[in-house]
Amino acid sequence: MPLKSRLLKTSLLALALTCAGIAPASAQSTLRIGLAEDPDLLDPTMARTYVGRIVFASICDKLFDIDEKLNFVPQLALSHQTSADGKTVTIKLRPNVKFHDGEPFDAEAAKFSLERHLTLPGSFRRAEISPIDKVEVVDPLTVRILLKAPFSPLMAQLTDRAGMMVSPKAARALGDKFGTAPVCAGPYKFVERVAQDRIVVERFPDYWDKSRVNIDRIVYRPIQDSTVRLANLKSGQLDLLERLLATDIGEVKKDSRLRLATGFELGYQGVTMNVANGEKANNPLGKSAKVRQAFELSIDREALDSVVFNGVQNPDNQWVTATNPYYQSKFPMPKRDVAKARALIKEAGVATPIVLDFMVPNNPETKAVAEVMQSMAAEAGFELKLRVTEFATSLDEAEKGNFQLYLLAWSGRTDPDGNIFSFASCKGPLNYGRYCDPALDALLEKARTVTAQAERKAIYEQVAAKWLTEGSVLYLYHRALLFAHSPRLEGFKVLPDGLIRVTDLRLKP
Amino acid sequence: MLHFLPRRLLQLLPTLFLVSVLIFSLQQLLPGDPALVMAGEEKDPEVIEQIRRQYHLDEPLPMQYGRWIAGVLQGDLGESMRIKQPVAQLVVEKLPVTLQLATMAMLIALLIGIPAGILSAVKKGSAWDVGANVFALWGLSTPNFWLGIMLIFLFSVKLGWLPASGYVSPREDLMQSLATTIMPAFVLGNAIAAVLMRHTRSAMLQAMNADYVRTARAKGLYEPAVVLRHALRNALTPVITLGALEFGTLLSGAVLTEQVFSIPGFGKLIVDAVFNRDYAVVQGVVLVTATVYILLNLLADVLYVMVNPRLRT
Repeated sequence: MPLKSRLLKTSLLALALTCAGIAPASAQSTLRIGLAEDPDLLDPTMARTYVGRIVFASICDKLFDIDEKLNFVPQLALSHQTSADGKTVTIKLRPNVKFHDGEPFDAEAAKFSLERHLTLPGSFRRAEISPIDKVEVVDPLTVRILLKAPFSPLMAQLTDRAGMMVSPKAARALGDKFGTAPVCAGPYKFVERVAQDRIVVERFPDYWDKSRVNIDRIVYRPIQDSTVRLANLKSGQLDLLERLLATDIGEVKKDSRLRLATGFELGYQGVTMNVANGEKANNPLGKSAKVRQAFELSIDREALDSVVFNGVQNPDNQWVTATNPYYQSKFPMPKRDVAKARALIKEAGVATPIVLDFMVPNNPETKAVAEVMQSMAAEAGFELKLRVTEFATSLDEAEKGNFQLYLLAWSGRTDPDGNIFSFASCKGPLNYGRYCDPALDALLEKARTVTAQAERKAIYEQVAAKWLTEGSVLYLYHRALLFAHSPRLEGFKVLPDGLIRVTDLRLKP
Repeated sequence: MLHFLPRRLLQLLPTLFLVSVLIFSLQQLLPGDPALVMAGEEKDPEVIEQIRRQYHLDEPLPMQYGRWIAGVLQGDLGESMRIKQPVAQLVVEKLPVTLQLATMAMLIALLIGIPAGILSAVKKGSAWDVGANVFALWGLSTPNFWLGIMLIFLFSVKLGWLPASGYVSPREDLMQSLATTIMPAFVLGNAIAAVLMRHTRSAMLQAMNADYVRTARAKGLYEPAVVLRHALRNALTPVITLGALEFGTLLSGAVLTEQVFSIPGFGKLIVDAVFNRDYAVVQGVVLVTATVYILLNLLADVLYVMVNPRLRT
């Protein structure tokens, strides 16, 4: 072999070996998680994104958490007791808990955190727990929450960001910049963040439940393109990824290097119908509940799911999933019935085709959903004009009422109130269709004050009777929570809120 | 020789002023209310009002512009609404990343594009020429994101040689830094190499037919000297302009490539900021890249003078 050629081969081999050796074999165990977006500010009071909540699950413990069946389980709190009039909630706190900066977690700190959520300018938590009137310290390990009125969603709120406790010392020192270096009491402490590249956290040695923490570091990496996210998992640069595309499930199942984990979200994908928001509401669908029912009957939710998502979603007609204790089994998902839909349109005295402006946020999956709906609804006499719109623009258009149908998803909340109140009440900030019925408002308000489950469920039954037949949101399906991970990762469970719990996870060498 | 420099530097000021006005006003034309986007899923009306007040979105536009530009003149580019980091800090964080990627891409482009252009001009009509033209056509017509994903599949998923995406700074680990940037740099460089090759080829063909080249040959000069010292030097002027412009474009962030390879550079920063209506970030980053772009143009003019003695009057 000539010298030149040998040299070239040797150098190529050396380069290949160097590159192959790049994946570091570190002594510390590091879990690398691929996120679909870069989180916003890491301050539980100021945060607003779903991916942010995934990161908080490792750094900020909450007063309570949820389990697989949506039961409340203690985390930083040990127990709670609600007074007979529902206006006082007494919470016992876990002893010997420390924040990442070594400060003790006690009733003063809990009061500080709750008050910070309520009063910090720009707090996104204020509305979630606004019925709180006052927080009192009873003793070092007991706080008492005084409510302006009974508020049954309170506990559910305390299982999310509103229940996250922050170190008062760090929060006072950093003010509204707290999110740049958050100090909480979770199993991992914040190390660094490089915007759009990574968020690194490391095991907190003084964690109250440290025996369940088995991995030294976690690196969260935002990788927006789902194909690239999956390629990173396949090539071993990630150990776990969230929001796998439904169309990639087959590929993951076939690959022995990968594992699939699934569940269903708390939220839903639905279509908001404009019934009273400006000029555009003046159309047969906006004005007649019968036409809205006809529209629902023209859609085959199960076929939609199989065509677009290979049947992985959970087709449904309600704002909570069938596993939720407040699900109304008296209102099952109607089957597609084009003849009945046509009859209803005729009864309403409306001429077909009913032309509707259908605003769809720009995303390949939602676009496909809209296209399938377009062809289904056409058979009943609806002509949907799809208007694919960039998401931020679509929010603005929805607010202004510049739509007749708007395909909008909701990530979901633990308490049923979180999935309906803001959408269906007259002054609800997310009621883009501007549906308003004082009787429904009264029911929704009442459901917020009743704590007994059976009684509350009966109220929601009345809500369903109205809202599901004449309301302004057509629920289509609850989205599947899709995760893929390496077989090295053990102990991973999908919870209904879709957040990644990091305790009990193990990485095999 | 560079007597035009002070005048050109002075001309920068009105240009940058106009650029700043344009950036600011074009952004206002974007549909979508930043406060509404920032207000999260819940959209609490009080929070929306608070955001408007905090970021002065409730003030008249000229006042908002004045506030921004006053800050810029004092070196304060504002603060990201989304992650509360100063924009200047984000720029300082991302600039080295984009600079590294752009430099590597440009090196790849120059190393492939110029020799290929010379070769195909000198050996016009030969298999070399056809091959170089096919390469150029391929480079021009291959979409960056497609090539990127294909490279990831080949080198990361199948062969396992290179990390699929992400970025490591050369200060942390030089080899790993090269490993994370080589694929995106090739994707970017490949397209530019094609453009450079085409331009070098046509400029070289023109130069090779010029009288002075014939004279040089008639003098019995060694052929490589004729090509490289005489023809290439004259042919390079348009190529330099093009190279500088392409480099400027690279510095403003290679949006798709950075997205595919999750490289946290300018392109990714701007796109995310636009989608989140994080105005301060968009304004700050675009202003910085516009300034860099203008300066690179100036640099190209300086290089002309150095390459072409006829301009040294």
